[in-house]
Amino acid sequence: MTDAAQERTLVIEREMPHPPEKIWRALTEGQLLEQWLMKNDFQPIVGHRFTFRALPVQNWNGVIECEVLAVEPNSRLSYGWGTLGLGTVVTWTLTPTEGGTLLRMEQSGFGPDQTANYKGASYGWKNFIGNLERLLGGLA
Amino acid sequence: MQSAANDVFRALADPTRRAIFEEITRHGEQTVHALTRHAGVSQPAVSKHLTVLKRARLVRHRHEGRETHYSAQPQALAPLVDWMSQYAIFWRDRFDQLEELLKRMDK
Repeated sequence: MTDAAQERTLVIEREMPHPPEKIWRALTEGQLLEQWLMKNDFQPIVGHRFTFRALPVQNWNGVIECEVLAVEPNSRLSYGWGTLGLGTVVTWTLTPTEGGTLLRMEQSGFGPDQTANYKGASYGWKNFIGNLERLLGGLA
Repeated sequence: MQSAANDVFRALADPTRRAIFEEITRHGEQTVHALTRHAGVSQPAVSKHLTVLKRARLVRHRHEGRETHYSAQPQALAPLVDWMSQYAIFWRDRFDQLEELLKRMDK
């Protein structure tokens, strides 16, 4: 991993007593996805642009602009996740275990290269966040 | 999200403003004139951006003679750090909902 990819990454892992194939359905079938995440027009096709829609609140329209980046059935799914001008990448990894599946969600802060042109921003959050790290170092 | 966080997010959602803010944090206090040379947009546009940054408390200004000097207030970035922890709460909650759905799918 590069330094850029390591910065500000959120990882949540949980082992679930269900086979990867079933979890994959919950991650990729729009109707199922809506039941635990948000309304969406997701399709498991690389390059497909879609939105997640939450209830709008003051100063936020509730729209998350996404683009599918990787689809490896039953093992890995990745999409760009942009809202409020911030682009991140959400990656799901499914690893079979004895009792079911280890599900890992990684939301990486503006790191991976595929987001470089995300939303066409001429001045990327990637650089900004990198510099932010240094700034915040002085705050703690 | 709290309104302070909203101000910070909106202020930094614009790439030009982000660049101006970073220019100030990197090179210290600067005048509007100096910032305009870097920004690649007109001075009125830079002033407008600075007003938004000021409202979000990301910069503060002081007058010296006819010039206004702007300096960065990086502590105002705290909501951006909170943003990560808010997402952590968000995803844990969604994991719970996913588990509930998976149980329902068995039936």
